[in-house]
Amino acid sequence: MIEVNHLVKRYGNHLAVNDISFTVEKGQIYGFLGPNGAGKSTTMNIITGYIASTEGEVIINGHDILNEPEKAKKSIGYLPEQPPLYFDMTVMEYLKFSAELKKIPKVNMPQMIDEVMELVGIKDIQNRLIKNLSKGYKQRVGLAQAILGYPEIIILDEPTVGLDPKQIIEIRDLIKGLSEKHTVILSSHILSEVSAVCDYVLIISNGKLVASDTPDNLSKLASGSNILDIKVKSTAKKMEKLLQQLPEIEEFTFLDLENNENTVDISIKTVDSVDIREKIFYLCAQNKCPILSMNSKLLSLEDVFLELTQSNEAEDGGYKVDSTEGEREGALGSIENVDEDSISQTDEEETEVNEKTGSDMEAKIKSDMKAEIKSDMKAEIKSDSEMKIAETEDQEQEVSE
Amino acid sequence: MKAIYKKELKSYLTSMIGYIFIFFTLVMTGLYFTAYNLQSAYPIFGVTLSSVTFIFLVAVPILTMRVLAEERKQKTDQMLLTAPVSVSDIILGKYLALITVYCIPIAIICLYPLIMGMFGTVSLPMAYTALLGFFLLGCAEIAIGVFLSSVTESQVIAAVLSFVVLFACYVISGIASFFSQTAMTSVLAFGVLMLVLALIIYAMTRSSFVASIVGLAGEIILAVIFMIKPSLFEGAIQKLLDIFNISSHLTIFIDGMLDLTGVIYFLSIVAVSLFLSMQSIIKRRWS
Repeated sequence: MIEVNHLVKRYGNHLAVNDISFTVEKGQIYGFLGPNGAGKSTTMNIITGYIASTEGEVIINGHDILNEPEKAKKSIGYLPEQPPLYFDMTVMEYLKFSAELKKIPKVNMPQMIDEVMELVGIKDIQNRLIKNLSKGYKQRVGLAQAILGYPEIIILDEPTVGLDPKQIIEIRDLIKGLSEKHTVILSSHILSEVSAVCDYVLIISNGKLVASDTPDNLSKLASGSNILDIKVKSTAKKMEKLLQQLPEIEEFTFLDLENNENTVDISIKTVDSVDIREKIFYLCAQNKCPILSMNSKLLSLEDVFLELTQSNEAEDGGYKVDSTEGEREGALGSIENVDEDSISQTDEEETEVNEKTGSDMEAKIKSDMKAEIKSDMKAEIKSDSEMKIAETEDQEQEVSE
Repeated sequence: MKAIYKKELKSYLTSMIGYIFIFFTLVMTGLYFTAYNLQSAYPIFGVTLSSVTFIFLVAVPILTMRVLAEERKQKTDQMLLTAPVSVSDIILGKYLALITVYCIPIAIICLYPLIMGMFGTVSLPMAYTALLGFFLLGCAEIAIGVFLSSVTESQVIAAVLSFVVLFACYVISGIASFFSQTAMTSVLAFGVLMLVLALIIYAMTRSSFVASIVGLAGEIILAVIFMIKPSLFEGAIQKLLDIFNISSHLTIFIDGMLDLTGVIYFLSIVAVSLFLSMQSIIKRRWS
């Protein structure tokens, strides 16, 4: 359906898209996931033919987007990041114009416009001027424009931005409904959205495709690395001796040494997914070191995302990653379609840029994640992910050390 | 193309801009028509038209400033460029819509010679030939405005650019008269132009080698031609500048002659400007 081969987009010295390749099959929902500025919109703009790539090709239904643009564009409906609306038109006029632009036969036009308006729920506002609409309604009008003509491929750049929670659910259902007849590609920096809607996730970071798989597989693969966090009333020296007795432990790090309660926090990484909780319990009990808390950590899609996007930056920026290197390798290595060449062959110029912006970017990701969490209604996820943010902050501190 | 034409025409006729353009054009021609043809009873309508060509300096930038610049600013160009229409269709649709708006005051001005005819004998063929020339002049200047609107996303910059370019074309005959007719002046002027060309090539290719080769070769060729046949350069700079003197090509039409070179000149300006607008939009994709 869509074939993207070795796409590269350069803006001067800045590499916006770095050698991305993937194929899109019929009747599925694909999700582009990545932090802000990762190259999601650029990739979409290239696929739809709005901008040209520096290198590489995009083939849509057998038509190259550059050589046969009209044939290729006919099978695409596109909602850009900012809906392309004419503010001095009414909704009806705008959709009519869009239909004419897409060369929809006059006979079907009124009926089709009616159907689409019904679908996205803008029928009541069809005679209002677009400039007077709220952001959510504008987004829906943009969506209607993309769906109009029922193109085979519908590409949506952050379709739920600016919508309220109820509308978000509606639009998600709508997108799911669309996938019965259409192929949908959507981009988002919101994880819960992608994992809720998409059949297939493409994670992009710094212009590179760092992972592509189903959401289930991604979290499954990542959970292979088993991490145990314990809090013990003991001293670091003593614990170090004790833990070295267990062969199942691959490595362990002390997280918090200086506190008043004579306790130590240790993060333990085990070989494969062996459960060593009992062994640790007996070991500590025999040596009279009471265990105050013990948590085994399973990686969710969120962790995979954070790990992939951050480790990608760390590698680019030339940071030395000691404590979590193995963990990251595990996650990276276990995921298919990682273009190893593109990761190791880092552009020198890009490295420079990243060294400067690396820490900014990390801060950005964190704020994004927090914003996302706020928007999410589930309290469960909220507490969970905030905890994880705290953890990643700890990791970062180590990284910078 | 039809969809864009319809949309563009509608947006001009539902917003202020189209009406301001029509109003301004009609008021100025009406004033001159009243003064020259009605009050002074001068029988040649073309004189009125030739004295109101300055209205394009203001009216054309008003009309064309938003045509492509606004699409880019509002990001609606994303919709047009990802729709199954070609860039040439987009530009042509928009240009034809502008010409249609421009035809409204022209159609009203068509009545003026008939009004004059009520009071005496007026050569209608002569009046309408002049009007044809006036119409073509407007078409050419609107095309220039379209091009300048395609190079920026700010309407204000587009309007100022159009005004500056049209104004330069308007006063270029005055500038040309600053230069003396001697061959030496022309050679020096061309020499400077050649250096500017070399600089432009350098700015575009970033290759000092190519730029200096082009510049050097150009200067040498100029010098050689000047050595062999200096008479070739007499008044040459004036001839070159005259190409940009758009409104001077109207004179023959005013005199009542259907000037084929003039028609071709205006149409070439339209074609070149629209081609450049297309290229400027396509180029944006690659940058």
